[in-house]
Amino acid sequence: MAGVWIWADVASDGVASSAPELLAKARTLGDDVCVVALGPGARGAAETLGEHGAVRVYASDDERLDEPTSRVAAHTLAALVVEHSPDLVLFPSSYRGRDVAGRLQAITGSTLMANAVDLPSTDRARAEILGGTAIVDVDLGGPAPRLVLLRPRSFEPSVVGGSAEVVEIDVVEPDGFVSTRVVERTDAVSTGASLEEAQVVLAGGRGLGGPDGFRMLEELAEAIGGAAIGASRAAVDAGWMPYASQIGQTGATVKPEVYLAAGISGALQHAVGMKGSRRIVAITKDPEAP
Amino acid sequence: MNIAVLVKWVPEPQGTPTLGPDHLLVREGAVGSLDPGDEYGLERALQLVERDGGEVIAISMGPEVAVAAVQRALAMGAARGVLVTDDALRGADTLATARVLAAAIRSVDADLVVAAVESTDGYTGTLPITVAELLSLPSVTFVTSLDVVGSELRAERQTAAGAEAVESPLPALITVTTGVAEPRYPSLKGVMAAKSKPLDRPSLADLGLAGDDARSSQTVASVEAAPEKTRGRVTEAGPETAAEIADLLAEARVI
Ligand SMILES: Cc1cc2nc3c(=O)[nH]c(=O)nc-3n(C[C@H](O)[C@H](O)[C@H](O)COP(=O)(O)OP(=O)(O)OC[C@H]3O[C@@H](n4cnc5c(N)ncnc54)[C@H](O)[C@@H]3O)c2cc1C
Ligand SMILES: Nc1ncnc2c1ncn2[C@@H]1O[C@H](COP(=O)(O)O)[C@@H](O)[C@H]1O
Repeated sequence: MAGVWIWADVASDGVASSAPELLAKARTLGDDVCVVALGPGARGAAETLGEHGAVRVYASDDERLDEPTSRVAAHTLAALVVEHSPDLVLFPSSYRGRDVAGRLQAITGSTLMANAVDLPSTDRARAEILGGTAIVDVDLGGPAPRLVLLRPRSFEPSVVGGSAEVVEIDVVEPDGFVSTRVVERTDAVSTGASLEEAQVVLAGGRGLGGPDGFRMLEELAEAIGGAAIGASRAAVDAGWMPYASQIGQTGATVKPEVYLAAGISGALQHAVGMKGSRRIVAITKDPEAP
Repeated sequence: MNIAVLVKWVPEPQGTPTLGPDHLLVREGAVGSLDPGDEYGLERALQLVERDGGEVIAISMGPEVAVAAVQRALAMGAARGVLVTDDALRGADTLATARVLAAAIRSVDADLVVAAVESTDGYTGTLPITVAELLSLPSVTFVTSLDVVGSELRAERQTAAGAEAVESPLPALITVTTGVAEPRYPSLKGVMAAKSKPLDRPSLADLGLAGDDARSSQTVASVEAAPEKTRGRVTEAGPETAAEIADLLAEARVI
């Protein structure tokens, strides 16, 4: 039976929602799904991971793993991969997921498929290309393991009940490793409801003309109650909204009941982050907007 | 300080590219250009060498037409270019591309390697970090602001939680967002000067790579058109529009 592994993004306040999503898919591809969770918060994540179907969690809470280059994490994962030879490792399309997968590819010489939305089998990945106008299935060859990065919200998580065996592992630092220091961390202040969970997302773009336009959206969000505010990249690049509110290819993926876009042109890279919404309202000057 | 900037030629950055019968992107004959996303890092690199000395080297892998992308980088101010073109690289996957770019970077003397977070056409967003690992370099991805002080890199980056300020030893590789600088427009003088700047065109063998290093591990099994979206209702803004939207919100049971 195929060995399917998952990379879980962990932090001291919990495990990212991507891990349960990937577990839901992995369970359909093989028995005995293992999760690799590296960094502070890893062991604490085992319970949630077990409930979602992981049988084993390779974990380390070692602080040395919490560094911005992902080199230590990639080398630690590579050592595990060499020892246990999984066929497939699934990663979330996240900051950390991209960095760790990219580095692992260089170490193992594996194939890597990014932006996948599904896995028809353990050696085939599906992605949307050409801005979502075509769906491509790609056969993955080369030396094991195959590395696949999956877009957020591609699978529905489900609790199956169960508990995972936790295997404590040792950190592997690459030869001559010099650490890159984090001198300051700022957590984005989240305004209102969480983008990923809100039933209503109000998103603004360049057409709002400036940060003041977003005040209107905030007022509306309060009136509705529990609506979250999102933004296009143009609005984020202009500094009107923090990056954490960006929706699209390089930002969050949302699937609310209602998505309201104000002053957004609906570029392909924006659309991939919101097209799963049930109802979409767009306020724009462009009658030809998609 | 020398800075190597990865510059990619992309077909139709504004339009929708097409696939050929072999399921590969049509690159020949397409109206292409330097990936607009690469201009931000290139601009910041130019600003840094203009301030501190050294030169910017534009590095690219791509078909013959990709010369145009490197020429644009030279016109903006890069001192020289390296473009790797080889028939064996058609359809190259991320690993093959990373091996080629890593070898090209090794052939120049660079203290810092700059790439964009993701390309406009491929958008895997993993390629630069694979290059970093092949070169055993530290990396900082999603950089929104960049400076070099002595032999140290200072950068701010976006993270899942918010932002981070980091300090890294050099040499290092970074990927930048559109926030790092506002790209200049090449001057006429720059365009003229670009024609006489050195452009190195090494073959795979020159870089010490074999055909096997360039072999892709991925084959396209099928391509299908995505299901057509049905077009929504278009309403001219008027006094009733707000009520209409409110009705829709009510129908969705969110108000
Ligand atoms: C590799 C890559 C990744 C990207 N990732 C993302 C991503 O994750 N998310 C993202 O959003 N974008 C992303 N982009 C950028 C994307 O291509 C678009 O440039 C961006 O989404 C445009 O933002 P916008 O719709 O706000 O601005 P514009 O395209 O400028 O649209 C503004 C809209 O507002 C309308 N408008 C103007 N005035 C008014 C008014 N008074 N009232 C009503 N409407 C008005 C206009 O008609 C227009 O439709 C990416 C691009 C690349 C190349
Ligand atoms: N063929 C290439 N030549 C030069 N640079 C490249 C090439 N492919 C990717 N890059 C660089 O790597 C970044 C990320 O690419 P990608 O992994 O395709 O999203 C791009 O924005 C470029 O800066």
